[in-house]
Amino acid sequence: MESDISFDWQAHFESLSEKAVHPGLISYLDEPPVPGSTPIGQVRMLALDFETTGLDAKRDAIISIGFIPFTHDRIYCQGARHLLVTPDFPLSEESVAFHGITHTELEGAASFARALDVLLPAMKGHVVVVHYHAIERQFLYHTTLRRMGEVLEFPMIDTMAVEARQIKGRTRLGRMRNRLKGWIRPEPAPSLRLADTRQRYGLPCYQAHHALTDALATAELLQAQLRKGYSPDTPVSSLWM
Amino acid sequence: MEIELVEIKNHLKRFSPFKALPETVLNDLVSHIEVSYYQNGTKILGHRQENHYLYYIRSGAVEIKRSNGQLYSRCGEGETFGQFSLLRGYKVRYPAWAIEDALIYLIPDEQFQHLCDTFDDFADFMEEDHGSRLLSATTKNRHSSASPLLMTPVRKLIRREVVTASESVSIKEAAKIMSNARVSSLVLLNNDHAKSAADLEVKGLITDRDFRERAIIPGLSFSSPVKTIMSTNVITCQAEDHAFEAMLTMMRHDLHHLPVLSHKQVVGVINIGDIVQFESHGTVFLAREIFKQPDVTGLKRIAREMRLSFVQLVNEGANSHMIGSAMSGLGRNICQRLLQLGESEFGPPPVPYCFLVFGSMAREEQLIVADQDHAFVLHDDFIEAEHDAYFKSLAQFVSDGLSTCGYPYCSGDIMATNPRWRQPLSVWQTYFENWIERPNPEALLHCSIFFDLAGIHGEGAYADQLTSLIREKVKSSQRFLNCLAHNALLRTPPLGFFKTFVLEPDGEHKHTFNLKRRGTAPISDLVRVHALACGSDALNTLERIDDIHAADLLPEGTSDDLKEAMEFISMVRIRHQALQLEKELSPDNNIEPESLSRFERRHLKDAFQVLRNQQSFLRYLTKGSGWRID
Repeated sequence: MESDISFDWQAHFESLSEKAVHPGLISYLDEPPVPGSTPIGQVRMLALDFETTGLDAKRDAIISIGFIPFTHDRIYCQGARHLLVTPDFPLSEESVAFHGITHTELEGAASFARALDVLLPAMKGHVVVVHYHAIERQFLYHTTLRRMGEVLEFPMIDTMAVEARQIKGRTRLGRMRNRLKGWIRPEPAPSLRLADTRQRYGLPCYQAHHALTDALATAELLQAQLRKGYSPDTPVSSLWM
Repeated sequence: MEIELVEIKNHLKRFSPFKALPETVLNDLVSHIEVSYYQNGTKILGHRQENHYLYYIRSGAVEIKRSNGQLYSRCGEGETFGQFSLLRGYKVRYPAWAIEDALIYLIPDEQFQHLCDTFDDFADFMEEDHGSRLLSATTKNRHSSASPLLMTPVRKLIRREVVTASESVSIKEAAKIMSNARVSSLVLLNNDHAKSAADLEVKGLITDRDFRERAIIPGLSFSSPVKTIMSTNVITCQAEDHAFEAMLTMMRHDLHHLPVLSHKQVVGVINIGDIVQFESHGTVFLAREIFKQPDVTGLKRIAREMRLSFVQLVNEGANSHMIGSAMSGLGRNICQRLLQLGESEFGPPPVPYCFLVFGSMAREEQLIVADQDHAFVLHDDFIEAEHDAYFKSLAQFVSDGLSTCGYPYCSGDIMATNPRWRQPLSVWQTYFENWIERPNPEALLHCSIFFDLAGIHGEGAYADQLTSLIREKVKSSQRFLNCLAHNALLRTPPLGFFKTFVLEPDGEHKHTFNLKRRGTAPISDLVRVHALACGSDALNTLERIDDIHAADLLPEGTSDDLKEAMEFISMVRIRHQALQLEKELSPDNNIEPESLSRFERRHLKDAFQVLRNQQSFLRYLTKGSGWRID
């Protein structure tokens, strides 16, 4: 399913909806994502980022969620949210050092279920955009599975994948040309980290590891990537995965 | 729920006028912001397009163009555009283009209008145009440093009881009152119409100079009432005003005397000297010391102390006019003392002479780094074979002495050591006649400096004769003015200046621009053209601007902009040099754009914009030959 352009998300949502029990999930699945042929210029998107206690979705927990709605032309701060989530696994010392979120701060945090009550309505009708989709996709999948016994799956646009494709060359000819260039003068592969990628588009440097800041950073990055490499008529299916 | 878009909020907090907004207002503002990315070369706002946002540049650069495609302004990080369309019917007048990839924060009209309604400073900032923004910048800037000059009330400067008379006394009586009281100015009141002391009003002011120019020269009867020669509509200041406000008033209106009022009653008169002396005893002291020095070594020591005096003046918040006059004055004193020392070494001069200085010293705009520019005008009895050896030695002595004191030799060789600039008056008159009557731009390029001349030693009359010759000849030489104007337009301001600063192309100062060559000098050049066109005898650029304004040569309102621009660029230059002196670096005029504060950048840009507009106007005048010459 990962990068299959022809994957039918509409049908997948319908089948998920039949099995869903959680009312929030049912409501979310009620409005399937836009058809894959929709021009990207007309798609409503939601940039999403999680901070987690580690990288293993089966053993680590989500501790904060940041999201911000946007389109091809505008990012809307008004819809932005930052949610702290009570981890269902204890916080490790390393993750405290990494995110700067302490146990005390998390005391006021919402349970994952409550956070989902905010996140799902915001996601409804929007295509989710992340930087490095594996984290968000796996953590959502496993956390919902663990907490509710249900799975949450949806199409995502991954700015890291968009960037990797941009670097490799989007056409066969471009890829050949790039391979040839690499053969003549090998260059180290450019970093695909969010901050490094943003820098290549002249976007400002942000403080990393804050879920909402990273979501904003991701939204800005996709806007920049779309301006440079894609027409607003590009079908969304050629970007999502 | 608090929205933690810290990156947006923290950025806004760094820039005016947002940084003055309360935290809660800023939080609310951030939650309404929209963000958009514009690729280099794309249009952000089109001409006559409808606009409902204030645009704030988070990163990148934007160019605002006139409808004819000409560059109006360039904006960078932390600057806004689009406000004019929000304030004036939502139609975009100047289109905006991204000239670098730009990340823009869009502030919706509703929030913008709300901020304007709630915060006057915000509204003022948005309403201001270049000229007025500059004015508030130069004044606010001075307010910010707490020097005694700024904090001292005017009443403390009053050194003697005010001398007044009724406006109905005769000219002769007025003179007698002034003479007896030993004052150089007299305040005239409406004694005849006032029923009580509270009704007394200042009706006029008269100074020594008025007697000369308005009574004696026109041949007025000394029994006529003094009101026929007094200045009316007298500009005054309040006793509780700060000294610097009085100083600004005097500068702005070119006044030497300023009556001080307290509760509508005149309580004193201050003159510009009162103000300068109040804070710069350092300079006055140095001036006296210069004439006590027995040799060049002593003068060298004083010249070093001048640098401290310069830094002190800057730190006390003196403006460019004060600093320029102080430094030029001391420079002149050093020249004068060197000539005295030379005369005592080589004996008395074989024929009378006048020592001329040119350029910034003549204009009283000299700072710390200044080449020497001077010449000898000799009596017409001068015979080269007999007399020149003396003047050659004297010139060499003065020039070497100036060099020792830190005034580098003139690279263009405009010095009395050059035989061409050591000539009798009649030759000098021919020089000027040739320059004016048969002008060509290349030749004039090197001699425009001669048109700012001051005789500072010897026969001052020679300098006066040259000055009046210039004034008479120039007015009738359209071609000369056109050539001079042509040259005045050669040096352009480094506009579009933050990232796309036009830097000096060569030499070791690759990443800097020269604030004299690209800032103050082009303003002086431009003002000189207008000043010569209107027959002004002033030398100082600010005084010339007043004369030009009085002659109605500039579009309404622009002379104040020009003065403020000159003042601001000069002050950035001055502060730059003071900073270098404090760090014990050798001062120069080369500014690194990165070293400027936000404040300086923004206002420097406005100042350059003013200069650019004035250059366009001058170009228009020469093309259309629109000089208004009698």
